[in-house]
Amino acid sequence: MSGSTAESAEPAAAGVPVPSEPVAELSNITRLYRMGDEEVHALDGFSFTFRKGEYWAIMGSSGSGKSTLLNILGCVDRPTGGSYRVRGQEVADLDDDELSTFRGAELGFIFQSYNLIPQLDVLENILMPVMYQDEVPEGIEDRALELAKRVGLGERLHHRPMQLSGGQQQRVAIARSLINDPALILADEATGNLDSKTADEILELFDELHAEGKTILLVTHEAEVGRRAENILRLKDGNIDSVERGVSREGEGTDAQ
Amino acid sequence: MRAVRLGVSSLLLHKLRSFLTTLGVLFGVASVIAMLAVGEGASAEAQDQIRRLGSRNVILRSVKPPQVGDEDAEMRVLSYGLTRDDFERISETFPGVDQSVPVLQTPAEVRSGQLLCRPRVLCTPHLFQSVTRRDLFSGRFLTEQDEASRSLVCVLGYEVARFLFPFDTALGERVKVGEHYLEVVGVLNSRLPVGTITLDPSSEAGGEVFVPLSTGRAYYGERQTQMRSGSMDIQEVQLHEIIVAAERDIDVPVIAAACRSMLKREHDEKDYEVIVPLELLARAEETKRIFNIVLGSIAGISLLVGGIGIMNVMLATVTERTREIGIRRALGAKRKHIVTQFLVETMVLSGAGGVVGVGVGLLIPWIVERAADLETIVEPAAPILAFGISVLVGIVFGLYPAWRAANMDPVEALRHE
Repeated sequence: MSGSTAESAEPAAAGVPVPSEPVAELSNITRLYRMGDEEVHALDGFSFTFRKGEYWAIMGSSGSGKSTLLNILGCVDRPTGGSYRVRGQEVADLDDDELSTFRGAELGFIFQSYNLIPQLDVLENILMPVMYQDEVPEGIEDRALELAKRVGLGERLHHRPMQLSGGQQQRVAIARSLINDPALILADEATGNLDSKTADEILELFDELHAEGKTILLVTHEAEVGRRAENILRLKDGNIDSVERGVSREGEGTDAQ
Repeated sequence: MRAVRLGVSSLLLHKLRSFLTTLGVLFGVASVIAMLAVGEGASAEAQDQIRRLGSRNVILRSVKPPQVGDEDAEMRVLSYGLTRDDFERISETFPGVDQSVPVLQTPAEVRSGQLLCRPRVLCTPHLFQSVTRRDLFSGRFLTEQDEASRSLVCVLGYEVARFLFPFDTALGERVKVGEHYLEVVGVLNSRLPVGTITLDPSSEAGGEVFVPLSTGRAYYGERQTQMRSGSMDIQEVQLHEIIVAAERDIDVPVIAAACRSMLKREHDEKDYEVIVPLELLARAEETKRIFNIVLGSIAGISLLVGGIGIMNVMLATVTERTREIGIRRALGAKRKHIVTQFLVETMVLSGAGGVVGVGVGLLIPWIVERAADLETIVEPAAPILAFGISVLVGIVFGLYPAWRAANMDPVEALRHE
């Protein structure tokens, strides 16, 4: 396990000086909620670019807008204003059906409460995002099998979520988020429901994915977890509070205020 | 197919609930089939009975008029009913009449050795058999010769023959009808379907003994004496029944009308009735139609109730699975995928109810037939129709819950606990 942590440092070190291609570009994003007569700006002119291979922790207190940002990044919510592009595709140009397919193809979701479908077994859960795509790629079952093995569930392919521990369920969710090789992996408090040891295992898995060049955005309110990421983006009142790059590379003790 | 399999596995997560939900449609479908089968059976039986009277026949019957309250009637002879003149008029002057057959009934006991029964003793000429289309079981029916020579012979109905001669053929035996011995020359088949013959020789349909009309008049007369609670009751009826057979079906209404007006003219009292099987048949058809409408509505209502039950449960399911819907939407499911998913689940529920309902619906007539001795007819279209309706119910009542599910806001749905 310690070996994989060591590996993760290398691509990150190489990635920082030369900016890689942008994966998610947000410019001047606003999200307005109407509560009676009041208007609440959950996001207020937010602009940022996440690049390929980056591993970000998105932090902030509740009400800082991080959930709203995650919803918009995940294309389940649409911004009131501004532009959001994923791999160059303007999200606002997609209708509801196209957006659904787009989510399945380009985004990988990992949730705090795992969110597996209880009536499906491990393999079927991993294949879920594929089933809703218009075309099923060849050999996708093999890929699902590979991913299940990769997250350490090769022996439990036909177990139902109820028969798995929290950590195992989250591993299934991670495998599921990878099945379509998405542009962006969005993890929402992915370790929030797990004990520290299991959480650590999950975070190590993220480190591995990062090492492979996946783009990961991890929303968390735990400083411990945030420090495991490569970079930290802090939000406050619907906009950027601070940006901190190269956290994990500099090791522990980096705790920007 | 995959969708159906997934739908089934979702439903199996809540076995009891799914089962209970299915019951509504199950009973709806079963009741449609069972009610139609029993209804068809009943009306077929009624029509069969009417047809057995002969659809080309018009039957005139003597009816004892309501007693006028004279108290000194102890030894009075009550005379009423159809007369020989009526018969002459019909057979000689009516157009379109093929044959007309007079029947005189005598209340005699019939004995053979120790065995005694009280069937209807019908004195009638040989034409009776052809007009009523009765089949011979054995021997022969009455003949013109019997009529002309006032032979002391008789033909037994099947039930009477079986009752008086349980182990032997009745042919050639002598039975005592009233005070006279008559030789059995033939046995008529039962009018009832073989399976339902009851060996009760006094029953209306089966218990019959036929005697030549001339023999009857000569030996038994037109006066019927009955001892009733101490007082003597004497009736005089010239003819109990006149069966008028028309040449063609279209003559039946004309003959019926002519009979009615003639009898009305000739009789002061209404001591007769005119039975037209063809009219009864038409009425039976109408009754059946109304019956079917009523049954159909009841069955329809029960299916409606079943459908509402399904919709209710599906709405609850959709709310309960809000989070699952959110997950599926986030993972790339379009609205139509969600609609399909829930619609399929509803259709699996109602379809399963339909299949089991068809089974139960076919079982009920089978049981009814054996337990209640009622004829039932399952038309092949009934199960197909009932199953089709159950699937339709699934679609109709599944649409709204599915639509609700598909139109949830993914953000809200994901946040739902």
